[in-house]
Amino acid sequence: MNFSEVFKQSNQLCKVSPDGKYLATCVQYRLVVRDIGTLQIVHLYTCLDQVMHMEWSSDSLFILCAMYKRGLVQVWSLEQPDWHCKIDEGSIGLVSSRWSPDGRHILNTTEFNLRITVWSLCTKSVSYIKYPKACQKGMDFTADGRYMALAERRDCKDYISVFVCDDWHLLRHFESETQDLAGLEWSPNGCVLAVWDNCLEYKILLYSLDGRLLSFYSAYEWSLGIKSVAWSPSSQFLAIGSYDEKVRILNHITWKKITEFEHPATITNSKAVVFKEVEKRPVVSEDLSIRQLTVDNALFSTQSKYEITQLPVQVPVVKPDPERANPKIGISAVAFSADNRYLATKNDNMPQSLWVWDMQKFSLLAVLEQTAPVRCFVWDPHLPRLALCTGNTKLYMWSPAGCISVTVPVEGFQVQSLFWHCTGSSLVLLSKDQLCLCYTDAEEQK
Amino acid sequence: MGDWWSPAMMPDPTLDTKELSSISGISMSPSRQNSQHSLHSTMVLPKSTYSVLSAFCTEENISQCVTYINQEVCSLGLSAVSVECKSGSVSAVPVLNLLYEVLQLQRRAQRGLQELETQQIKNCSDLEHLQNNNCRLKDQLEHTRRENSGLHEGERQLQLKIKTLQNCLKSEKEEVQKLQSIISSRATQYNHDLKRKERDFTKLKDRLNQLLMDKRDKKLSIEVSNYVGRSDGKRGLWKTGKMEARHEGEMYKALLTDYEARQRSLMLENSELKKVLQHMKKDMIAILSPKKPCVKAELADDSLEQAGSECEDEAGESSRETLEQSCEQAREQLTNSIRLQWRKLKSHMERLDSQASLVASQEREAEELISRKEQEEELQRMRLELQQCKEFIHMQQQLLQQQISSPCDEETAALLNDCYTLEEKERLKEEWRLFNEQKRNFERERKNFTEAAIRLGHERKVFEEDRAAWLKTQFLNMTPFVDRKRPALSEPHSALSVGTEPEAKLHLTPPLFTKSLSNSVFCTPKAAPVKMPTTADLYRTLNLIPESRGQGKCQSAEMLSRSRLRNSSSDCSVISLVRDENGSV
Repeated sequence: MNFSEVFKQSNQLCKVSPDGKYLATCVQYRLVVRDIGTLQIVHLYTCLDQVMHMEWSSDSLFILCAMYKRGLVQVWSLEQPDWHCKIDEGSIGLVSSRWSPDGRHILNTTEFNLRITVWSLCTKSVSYIKYPKACQKGMDFTADGRYMALAERRDCKDYISVFVCDDWHLLRHFESETQDLAGLEWSPNGCVLAVWDNCLEYKILLYSLDGRLLSFYSAYEWSLGIKSVAWSPSSQFLAIGSYDEKVRILNHITWKKITEFEHPATITNSKAVVFKEVEKRPVVSEDLSIRQLTVDNALFSTQSKYEITQLPVQVPVVKPDPERANPKIGISAVAFSADNRYLATKNDNMPQSLWVWDMQKFSLLAVLEQTAPVRCFVWDPHLPRLALCTGNTKLYMWSPAGCISVTVPVEGFQVQSLFWHCTGSSLVLLSKDQLCLCYTDAEEQK
Repeated sequence: MGDWWSPAMMPDPTLDTKELSSISGISMSPSRQNSQHSLHSTMVLPKSTYSVLSAFCTEENISQCVTYINQEVCSLGLSAVSVECKSGSVSAVPVLNLLYEVLQLQRRAQRGLQELETQQIKNCSDLEHLQNNNCRLKDQLEHTRRENSGLHEGERQLQLKIKTLQNCLKSEKEEVQKLQSIISSRATQYNHDLKRKERDFTKLKDRLNQLLMDKRDKKLSIEVSNYVGRSDGKRGLWKTGKMEARHEGEMYKALLTDYEARQRSLMLENSELKKVLQHMKKDMIAILSPKKPCVKAELADDSLEQAGSECEDEAGESSRETLEQSCEQAREQLTNSIRLQWRKLKSHMERLDSQASLVASQEREAEELISRKEQEEELQRMRLELQQCKEFIHMQQQLLQQQISSPCDEETAALLNDCYTLEEKERLKEEWRLFNEQKRNFERERKNFTEAAIRLGHERKVFEEDRAAWLKTQFLNMTPFVDRKRPALSEPHSALSVGTEPEAKLHLTPPLFTKSLSNSVFCTPKAAPVKMPTTADLYRTLNLIPESRGQGKCQSAEMLSRSRLRNSSSDCSVISLVRDENGSV
């Protein structure tokens, strides 16, 4: 495993182009585009203010930089460096900006979710979508980029609008049977829309593309409900993580529950492997010399390794504060591996543990018990391997073969977040103000 | 006593006797004892104490005394034997009678008194016991009362508690209801508020929107250096009805493709499952078919099964064809046939199971039965044997004891022996007689033999003489070496005794082989070819003569009978042999 040199970044703004050729980073008000192979700067753009949000267009030709404070969006072209575009949302303010899937339209959400402005780069035209709902995930595009589902709120009722992204034609508009819609997500094949209620009620609704209600599912009542939802890449399963610390898997034919995964505080499942991260602080020898200090900079960083612990294992549990809203309990993150075989989950009141489930046997496969709370975990886009970070100087990876922990060989680099290159050949690690590339299969390349 | 007696000693005995009697009657109960005592004392008292002064009766007042006594006796209700005083002298008989009666009365009274006393004592003790009992019961009552009151108190307290708890519950319920109502009212209120606020919010939003639109926000703008072509390279199209229709069409197409894909995958899955089903069916048929005949033969309810199997066969054939078609009928048929077969298999399995269990249980039972029977038989047999053995042992012991005790008085032992084996003895006697007869026969034979031998010797002598004479004549006639042959001829001559032996052997052996009475004893003559066996020896070797009687005695009955049997058999053979011999000789 090799690591690149370290580059600066701000606001964790660092994106790899969808074609995988370029790496764009924002440093204050500058946008830097590098070649991913050489890491040489290809382009350098200067924005009007500190960039708050940055996004590649789907064809990797344009980069959008949003400056929410100023209500400004600037678009840069990779092909024509002197081409520029500036969108000013005016006095109404801007809270979110994104590309449409075709890469020729920009959707800006104004403050108070007053409206969504759709700017076209082709015709310079502008159109509005009124009454968007301010919620967890109120807008979603299908994977093929053809349709957009948008949650709306009118007359104290939830509505869903399905737009054709080509010409923003409103294809369907229907009322959803939710009390307070919290999110919606297209299935990867773009034919089913999962819509879930907010946490006060466990309710998930499944709509067809043409607005028919296919099915709905409710596991229980009178308790905090859904916290996270994830489709499997094959659209075969729908995983629902909830506040009762369980993940329920629905199937795509009957939309009934196939199984549920519990996250018990004591793991007794004999088929599961529990990897426990063990830290080893280096023993400072008495004849501590300057040379040692300078050469061996690992002296100050702790080494860690995984140990397979004997069952049963007690998982460290954090008791949530019942007085506060959004209690730290329940499944906050669910993610399927690219081959649909594994499911990774994180339970908020067990922040140091990451659970990996086998989706063929519907059983617990592995539990990674870290020394620090898990910050972020991402599946490789092609292989069944999982990268995670816990906000320390190490990068952790899980694969069915086992677990590894790698210390980033950069002093003071604390991995806050990470994401995979679209080929899976490298990982981009982000610290608070730095970034670093990690080549996972460097040997193969050589 | 003196006090009592004093009135009697009144100088005037003619005093009102009635009064006296009444006095006595009055003072009877307390003085009775005293009188008794006095009676006793008077009886025990020596005569010296008897003083004339204190005497009741004196010479002078006899008549008075008599009348007094009479009166007293009358008052006592006795036969008023009026002791007539005849001129001063009192006849002793009536007095004695009276005395006796009085004594009787007194004794009776005493007995009654004693009884009464014992009764009194008993009553006293009873009373005491009852009193004690009463006390105890009183205590108990008190105790139970106290307990009862305690319990009552507890109950009261508990009831109080229940009441308070019920009150609590009621209040809690009320509170819950109140809270629920509050919650619901709050919820409705909040919902209402929420809606109101949301409406306000939307109104505000609308207003803001309108304002923004009206104001024509200068800032709201887009600056693009030059337009960018569409990503698909096409030009934008006008929004028309046609476009709408196209979008709809596209949407439905997408849906359709998805459904088709799903259907395809389901079809694939279905076909796979069908294949599995078919395979299973085949296997099932294969499993079930060889069992069918026997099953049919076995079971009475095969009519259904036959139908089922026919159905199956049909279905099995048809389903193969209809597998590809997915029409409902075929599917139904397939599932039906599978179900049927499955049921059959299940029933078969159940039957097998039950059979197996039945067989197992039967076997177990049979085993148990057999074993029990066998055991019992064995036990019985063993018991019998044991009994017999015991008897034998007992008998042997008895015999042994007899044997031990017999030396002291042989006659009794013999008698006993006779008692025990009378029959035996008779048989032995008969045997003895036979032996004697045989002995006589043998003696005679022997005599014959010896006579014959003597005769033979004479004859030989004569023959020798003749031959010598003949040889002499020959020698004299032919050669001078005739003398040399003489020793060679003398050899058989000298072996005269040996010469008889093969004869005996010849006589003995044939019956041995012809008759299969294989008694090893008969072989012994072979071992003794050196000398002529004496008859005694022969008998001994043939076990014809019992070596000692004592040995036979101590044997058990069975042993005896056995030996007897053997002896008799050998006897028979010997007898026949002897007869043969006799016949031949």
